[in-house]
Amino acid sequence: MKYLEEFQNPELARRLLDEIRATVTRPWALMEVCGGQTHTIIRHGIDQLLPDEVELIHGPGCPVCVTPLEVIDKALEIAARPDVIFCSFGDMLRVPGSDRDLFQVRSRGGDVRVVYSPLDALKIAQQNPHREVVFFGIGFETTAPPNAMTVHQARKLGIPNFSLLVSHVRVPPAIEAIMTSPSCRVQAFLAAGHVCSVMGMGEYPELADRFQVPIVVTGFEPLDILEGVRRTVRQLERGEHTVDNAYPRAVRSEGNPAAQAMLADVFEVTDRAWRGIGTIPASGWRLSERYRDYDAEYRFSVDGITTREPAACRSGEVLQGLIKPHECEAFGTACTPRSPLGATMVSSEGACAAYYLYRRLGTTPTPQEASPVA
Amino acid sequence: MPTVDISGWTCPTPLRDQPRVVMGHGGGGALSAELVQQIFAPAFGGEILAQLGDSAAVSLGGVRLAFSTDSYVVRPLFFPGGCIGDLAVNGTVNDLAMSGARAAYLSCGFILEEGVEMPVVAGVADAMGAAARAAGVEVATGDTKVVEAGHGDGVYLNTAGIGLIPAGVDLRPQRVVPGDVVIVSGDIGLHGVAIMSVREGLEFGVEIESDCAALGGLVESMLAVTPDLHVLRDPTRGGLAAALCEIASASCTGIVIQERAIPVPSAVANACAILGLDPMYVANEGKLVAFVPREHADAVLDAMRAHPLGAGARIIGETVETHPGMVVARTPLGGTRVVDLPLGEQLPRIC
Repeated sequence: MKYLEEFQNPELARRLLDEIRATVTRPWALMEVCGGQTHTIIRHGIDQLLPDEVELIHGPGCPVCVTPLEVIDKALEIAARPDVIFCSFGDMLRVPGSDRDLFQVRSRGGDVRVVYSPLDALKIAQQNPHREVVFFGIGFETTAPPNAMTVHQARKLGIPNFSLLVSHVRVPPAIEAIMTSPSCRVQAFLAAGHVCSVMGMGEYPELADRFQVPIVVTGFEPLDILEGVRRTVRQLERGEHTVDNAYPRAVRSEGNPAAQAMLADVFEVTDRAWRGIGTIPASGWRLSERYRDYDAEYRFSVDGITTREPAACRSGEVLQGLIKPHECEAFGTACTPRSPLGATMVSSEGACAAYYLYRRLGTTPTPQEASPVA
Repeated sequence: MPTVDISGWTCPTPLRDQPRVVMGHGGGGALSAELVQQIFAPAFGGEILAQLGDSAAVSLGGVRLAFSTDSYVVRPLFFPGGCIGDLAVNGTVNDLAMSGARAAYLSCGFILEEGVEMPVVAGVADAMGAAARAAGVEVATGDTKVVEAGHGDGVYLNTAGIGLIPAGVDLRPQRVVPGDVVIVSGDIGLHGVAIMSVREGLEFGVEIESDCAALGGLVESMLAVTPDLHVLRDPTRGGLAAALCEIASASCTGIVIQERAIPVPSAVANACAILGLDPMYVANEGKLVAFVPREHADAVLDAMRAHPLGAGARIIGETVETHPGMVVARTPLGGTRVVDLPLGEQLPRIC
């Protein structure tokens, strides 16, 4: 962690910004894929510091935001059962289902626990042999391997009361879906560095070639983002479209073969619905036939869920990069982190929440959102 | 590859009203504020309560008193740097100190869970006694209740306190004016990270201790320089961010903070980076934020630095006429961001 401060060095940032300004000659639209990158960009004001010609479009890479409503509702139903201990990463607890969230399930007596690792959930299963322990396995290629390993461990150790509610998604099919959308404005991608640290870069050259877009693997600290932008703009200005690794301290071209092997053993590729976007073919993982016993959807028979999603906000367009969060009529008025219309306003990695938290200088807070507390 | 049709994309249902209490109602953020404003304040209806300070300034027989109460439900009961007993004394002493008062008397309510071991109760009581003696305050009255096993976390505490407000001291957010200097008394985030590290079994490579301390002496040394401080706040639940937002809102002034000036120890920064938390929202138990007229700022800062609990004091920003009610941070890279009141409790991010 020694490098935290080095990667936020204002002097180095200014040099990178100067170089980007000197390179750019016309407008370009770059999409940062990952919600973690969006968070860094907005939190540090990077989008304000870039030249006007460089537009950053916020992509669909917030796992919390894209977990489908149907899966959230299944999680809520399972978590409400008295025989279940439901374990989840923290930021899933506030995501609204059709009519409640996991916090509300907990307030009605459900045993919902925040854990920092799926292995913690497995430990809870060992400590509570007479209760069913379910871990909410969501996220991209970054969180899938540890979840796969946990299921693998559960089988190896013979822990029968553990299961996984899976809603994993994959980045490359999402890039493909974005590029084939008729309203797409994206001309280059800052690829998610942590995803590539697992999966490597092998899936990207074909996409870069087919869609003629530069894809630059980028990290998450402010200087990582600026270096990714610098390399991307340089490619765009030269008319190039290659895959470039601007995050070599974490990403090798082959990725992490052990993690990939674990994924191949435990999961299989499937079509997956993305909240606010729709179904993208082959864009997700589910537990493979060999591990079906550990699939919470089968174990708890949560079929026949009826979801309710009124067309009340435009987070789908935000996730696609078609509009900026503040261009939605509901932004900051009907839709705030206090009363989110969409998951993009719930997660701290969601573009709407990031804009709301860090970008409201043109507005004034409402009394309920900035009031003293006794 | 079929084309994704974005025309039909939809969005989830809002969850506008919480039908039941959720943990966020105790997090010191927007949900806490709503609970107080929508249920408690209308029910009690008093003018003093409506000011919603950490402590109330009341007059009784011609004497100005600060009066405050606070409850403590921390888990685990003992943590690096202190225990629930220290917290219960120092927390209320500090609430009184933020009114400029030196705490004189405390009450103490124990709610014990059936089955808790006597040495645990004794350890908490001993710690309370030691903290009270160190703060120069007497525990003058108390109460004990026992709840059935499973209905409490071993020990819950409540303390209330009173103290005299010195003549000429008037600390209220409404006194803040544009041009005031914002000073923080030292490193932020220590208490919250210390608790998290033991509660969640997280190892950050270095043991972080709570900053739990009584601030009465530090406040006295500041008031000795000038009684004309505008407002003090101890940034506990919701951290520095919540304290700043509350003051900006109550004073209708804007606050500009230089992010690089905020003292964040590297251990706290690293722990927060791992967990996806913002140190500005992490709880403190031995720090204060002061809004000081510019002409007194240097002298107050010197006085703070001369006190052991203010040795790390730093100027972190100022109040401005623009964006009233809003806190804006200037980022290390030169950008700006709005610092908002947290909704409830911060949640660790997935990635």
